[in-house]
Amino acid sequence: MRVFGKRIPLSVSLVFWFVVWEAVGRLGVSSIFPPLSRIVAAGMTVLATEKFVKAAEISLRSFALGMAFALIVGIGLGVLMARVESIGRLLGTWVNVFVSAPISALVPILMALLGIGETTVVATVFLFAVFVIILDTQVGIRKADRSLIEMARSFGANGYQIYTKVLILSALPEILAGIRLAAIRGVKGVVIGQLLVSIIGVGELFELYSKHFLMEEFWALVIVVFAFALVVSEGIAYLERRVEFYAGAR
Amino acid sequence: MANPKRPGDRRVLWLALSFVVAFGLWEAVGRWPLSAAFPPFSQTFLAFVRMTADGSLAKAYLSTAQPLLIGFALCGIIGVGFGVWMGLSHTVEWFSLPIFIILQAAPMAAVVPLVTYIYGIGLTSKVLAVVVLAAPVIVMNSYKGIRNTNPSLVQMCRSFLGTRTQVVLKIILPHAAAMIFTALRLGLAMGFIGVVIAELLITPTGIGDLITYHSSVADFPEMFAAVASIVLIAAVTIHALERLERRLFPPEVRGS
Amino acid sequence: MSTDAIVELKGIGKTYETGVDALRDVNHAFPAGKLSTLLGPSGCGKTTLLKIIGGLIAPTTGEVCVKGKRVDGPGAERAFVFQDFALLPWATVLRNVAFGLELRGTPKEQRIEIARKFIGEVGLAGFESSYPHQLSGGMRQRVGLARALTVDADIILMDEPFSSVDEQTRRKFQEDMLDLLRHRQKTVIFVTHSIEEAAYLSDRIVLLSARPGTVSQIIHPNVDRGNKSPDEIRRDKNYLDAVDEIWQVLKKYLA
Repeated sequence: MRVFGKRIPLSVSLVFWFVVWEAVGRLGVSSIFPPLSRIVAAGMTVLATEKFVKAAEISLRSFALGMAFALIVGIGLGVLMARVESIGRLLGTWVNVFVSAPISALVPILMALLGIGETTVVATVFLFAVFVIILDTQVGIRKADRSLIEMARSFGANGYQIYTKVLILSALPEILAGIRLAAIRGVKGVVIGQLLVSIIGVGELFELYSKHFLMEEFWALVIVVFAFALVVSEGIAYLERRVEFYAGAR
Repeated sequence: MANPKRPGDRRVLWLALSFVVAFGLWEAVGRWPLSAAFPPFSQTFLAFVRMTADGSLAKAYLSTAQPLLIGFALCGIIGVGFGVWMGLSHTVEWFSLPIFIILQAAPMAAVVPLVTYIYGIGLTSKVLAVVVLAAPVIVMNSYKGIRNTNPSLVQMCRSFLGTRTQVVLKIILPHAAAMIFTALRLGLAMGFIGVVIAELLITPTGIGDLITYHSSVADFPEMFAAVASIVLIAAVTIHALERLERRLFPPEVRGS
Repeated sequence: MSTDAIVELKGIGKTYETGVDALRDVNHAFPAGKLSTLLGPSGCGKTTLLKIIGGLIAPTTGEVCVKGKRVDGPGAERAFVFQDFALLPWATVLRNVAFGLELRGTPKEQRIEIARKFIGEVGLAGFESSYPHQLSGGMRQRVGLARALTVDADIILMDEPFSSVDEQTRRKFQEDMLDLLRHRQKTVIFVTHSIEEAAYLSDRIVLLSARPGTVSQIIHPNVDRGNKSPDEIRRDKNYLDAVDEIWQVLKKYLA
């Protein structure tokens, strides 16, 4: 957008909306939206409480564990499926089914099998994230530059070297894209898992604040969690941009 | 003399094989005394047949379909419209883009409890849950479809004295049509997710109710069957849309 | 054939927002009915200049006059042929060729008739219902040329039309294009980076300097096409001299 011929960056747009939020809040238009300043103040208080710290700790731990498993299994399976055609065909249908499926429907099953606790949440995060990673890793490996592999072979590279020195790196931009999507899903997985399990973590807090209509605390938590999702997403996007050229000219 | 297999046949073969392997594994794991809560495939399948026969599945889906379709229709029309508007107007884009970028990455499910406490536990909340989850994806993809128009085509149109309206109608919109279809497909997937979350979190109705109920009375084959059914239906619907998309908008005709 | 200037460039300069000076003080008068080529080292701004003449980019300074009148944008008297073809991928060859007329509101039957005629003239008869992705690069470019011809503009602007095409197709295309355009007394302004192509096709060559581009020299190849075959023309002394002359000038910019 231009004002007086000068381009205004998008970040100013966010600031504009913060101002609007503050104004709307002060006008008391709706009790659902308190002014931003009070939300921030409430947020500061909440962040310091032991309850929140514990909830954050559990949530982060579930997120990290779930993502770690998803990364290992996802990339491993993705590579396997791309290189061994039979496995690719066998599992391909299922990966496609679960990538767009409502995985939240599986959470009750997880609860029945793994009980009501952190394990279920970790499993939820894992399931939310793993399929996208498998898919994008597959695509990345498949699209990897054939001529690079030929070149490596011509200089005597063995199988292991081709993987580590050529294939994975060539597929890296695509894999990172998958990881970014998976991370976003992972955050959704933590929240949904905890909402459904409902006795731990930030999910529990959301439920609590909603129930008691503690809007300032609620929105503060929303901002924190949304910001976390955004930071993780943009962080990986940054990495993606840095290795974009690994894919070469496709 | 053996008939050479057509590629289509081979694909069906692999598909059948993947089903056999998956269900076989399921059966094996189910029979292993790992957990009482994990029924083997055969029992689940039988439960599925039972529930279809006695109409409980059909009744459940009739109920689930309501918020899903209403929410999706709302999102689809308003979302695509807004996304297109965002793509065409720099001003609207400037105001809306940061918001939708955040909304797309954010776990919107966190807002569902709030929606419930404000709008109660009826259809409205569930429709809102669907809308809240599907809208960002639909808007963003429609917007991208408009924005990614090949500038060379736009310039070409201008070089032949096309007016702005002509550029929008003859170049931008046809070009964006493919991505708008994608937007709707992705939106529907999110819609499924939204309605399931709504039914599990708000008040069990429809398929969510089936799952929760059978879970609470430890009818695990029935519960698994219900879960499997929604996963299956979502998968089949989205896949059908994907194939339709590929037929309507083959990659060569999409251009770039 | 009149040699009055049909396109005049007065003090054209172009600076991009990034601060890059693409063109500076370009002055030139293009004679009507002739084929002029803009040639120069990489990055000298020749495509930019062509798009300014076509009204697709606005110059930072200076003005473009067509037939004595200043122009600020695209016009009916100028038709552009794009380097990357710019064909609607979802439309048939027939619709693509008729697109210029479609934008003008020419009635459907009329524009189909005109389009068919030019599709035939560029040698694509029979391909009216094909889609761009089914055609080779050379064929796609012919569609672009046919489209430019349908609007009956006096001036045709071509942006490296043959660069995306292989050598054999290129030569044939050059022949066909010369035939087509000669008979219609159109003015052609052409951008290329191939010295041989410029010397072969042009009545005059406008050499641009390196960035920021400005007119460095005008060369008249004076190749006598007469009754000569293409191969004979390529051994014509004037042709060879022109190629050499251009090369000597361009060499300086490479150093």
